[in-house]
Amino acid sequence: MKKFINIENKTIPIAFLFLLIAIWQIIVDAGLVAKYILPSPKDVFFTFIDILPMIKGHVLVTLYEALLGFFISIVFALILSVLMDNISIVKKALYPLIVISQTVPIIALAPLFVIWFGFGRLPKIIVVVLVCFFPIVVSLLDGLESVDRDMLNLIRSMGGNKFQIFRFIKFPASMVSFFSGLRIAATYSIMGAVIGEWLGGSEGLGVYMLRVKHSYALDKMFAAILVIVILSMTLFRIVALVEYLVMPWTREMDK
Amino acid sequence: MNSCQKNNEKLLVKNLRKSFENLLVVDNISLTLKENEFVTLLGPSGCGKSTIFNIIAGLLNPDKGNVYIDGENYTGKTGRVSYMYQKDLLLPWKRIIDNVALPLVIKGESKRKAREKVKKYFEVFGLEGFEYKYPFQLSGGMRQRAALMRTYMFSKDVILLDEPFGGLDAITKSKMQKWLLDVLNKLKASILFITHDIEEAIFLSDKIYILSDRPASIKEEIIINLPKPRDREITTSEEFNEIKRHILNIMNN
Ligand SMILES: Nc1ncnc2c1ncn2[C@@H]1O[C@H](COP(=O)(O)OP(=O)(O)OP(=O)(O)O)[C@@H](O)[C@H]1O
Ligand SMILES: [Mg+2]
Repeated sequence: MKKFINIENKTIPIAFLFLLIAIWQIIVDAGLVAKYILPSPKDVFFTFIDILPMIKGHVLVTLYEALLGFFISIVFALILSVLMDNISIVKKALYPLIVISQTVPIIALAPLFVIWFGFGRLPKIIVVVLVCFFPIVVSLLDGLESVDRDMLNLIRSMGGNKFQIFRFIKFPASMVSFFSGLRIAATYSIMGAVIGEWLGGSEGLGVYMLRVKHSYALDKMFAAILVIVILSMTLFRIVALVEYLVMPWTREMDK
Repeated sequence: MNSCQKNNEKLLVKNLRKSFENLLVVDNISLTLKENEFVTLLGPSGCGKSTIFNIIAGLLNPDKGNVYIDGENYTGKTGRVSYMYQKDLLLPWKRIIDNVALPLVIKGESKRKAREKVKKYFEVFGLEGFEYKYPFQLSGGMRQRAALMRTYMFSKDVILLDEPFGGLDAITKSKMQKWLLDVLNKLKASILFITHDIEEAIFLSDKIYILSDRPASIKEEIIINLPKPRDREITTSEEFNEIKRHILNIMNN
């Protein structure tokens, strides 16, 4: 039964996706929309294959910014969550600010980063950090908070210190929640880097997208979007794989 | 406090009192536990039994009274007695062997050494072959035994067991009680036990403190002189039922 649902879960969205692509193809082929406004899926695919060697450099730059930003977010999020979890005044002071900070549109802030940090890679990485940081912190804090009080008391009754409580109980107990935040952040990271690149610079997928947009090469634009989707999905998958590897107890529970 | 040690008293609890906000939960509780003795606190649900244990374990500070272990004042100090909670509280992310070895690791031993030390107890606790399973792969009774084993690994000195068999079905529960007595025959330990099951209390104990409704106070102290080692049959004997009747009388007053 479970297996059946699993297969169903994958086949239905994939079938639906193909249906949409087919409709798209038919609409363009039938000439309902001009090709320079909406390239057909087939064209996008061939363009994609075509430009792949050419944009490799851009992809690597974007990937570099996204990954670096992602890792910096993880480190920051870890430090901050632990601080907030241990010292309630820090949490009271910071948590509302972190939430409010998310209501400020990144798009509006990003031009400032260009002014402050120039056209190099730094402002892009900062955008990635800003985007990724929030889901990680929130999920990690949630996890740390939802730990069973009795488990903490158990370790305390054994004379365990704060560090041991964190290591043996709090951290592993919050892993599931932590990884759900990581997965979201991983998918955001590429997008963050691309948005950062839109604001100016000389390299990266975002820059490439701006250039092809200026020359109205929409097929290349769509091909670039395809690259972004693939990269984001890959990162998502990698995080899910790491999760699978570091949490064997949840793995065997599914069996 | 030297007089205590002469009577081989492991644990001495004196005049404990505890309230939460305005709710008085523990009222003037005093009790003693001797070396290798099995003492039970028998009381109705919600009367304050777990609170007494939390105080003895040092997790809670009493408003009044003291806890002495081997004649030394341990009021409000953790890390001295073994404490098994009402729930098994096995860590889902650790294999059974690491769950059981956790108290040793917390005391500063390396994981490898701690594993080495606990290995030989798996047979006694009936968990042989399950060393490297995760808790969810065990049955309720086995999880309870694993939790008991972890409690035992922390210290054999003074062990607090809070309704360890409360969540088990009648058959498993009965098996576990017998098993516990067998284990205690092999491994010596001083145990303070909580239950609201009268038969369980009589079957296992050397001494029973009967607690009142909340706030918990001691209604009576009963010495159980049934012969040891005990078998299931004893629960149908005249003596056993006499004690049971007596306890029921006290509890219903
Ligand atoms: N930390 C706490 N804060 C406030 N009230 C508490 C706290 N711990 C326990 N109580 C209250 O104290 C009373 C006794 O609780 P306790 O857990 O000691 O009872 P118990 O005898 O162990 O019950 P049970 O048989 O159900 O396990 C209850 O009314 C409970 O609501
Ligand atoms: Mg209780």
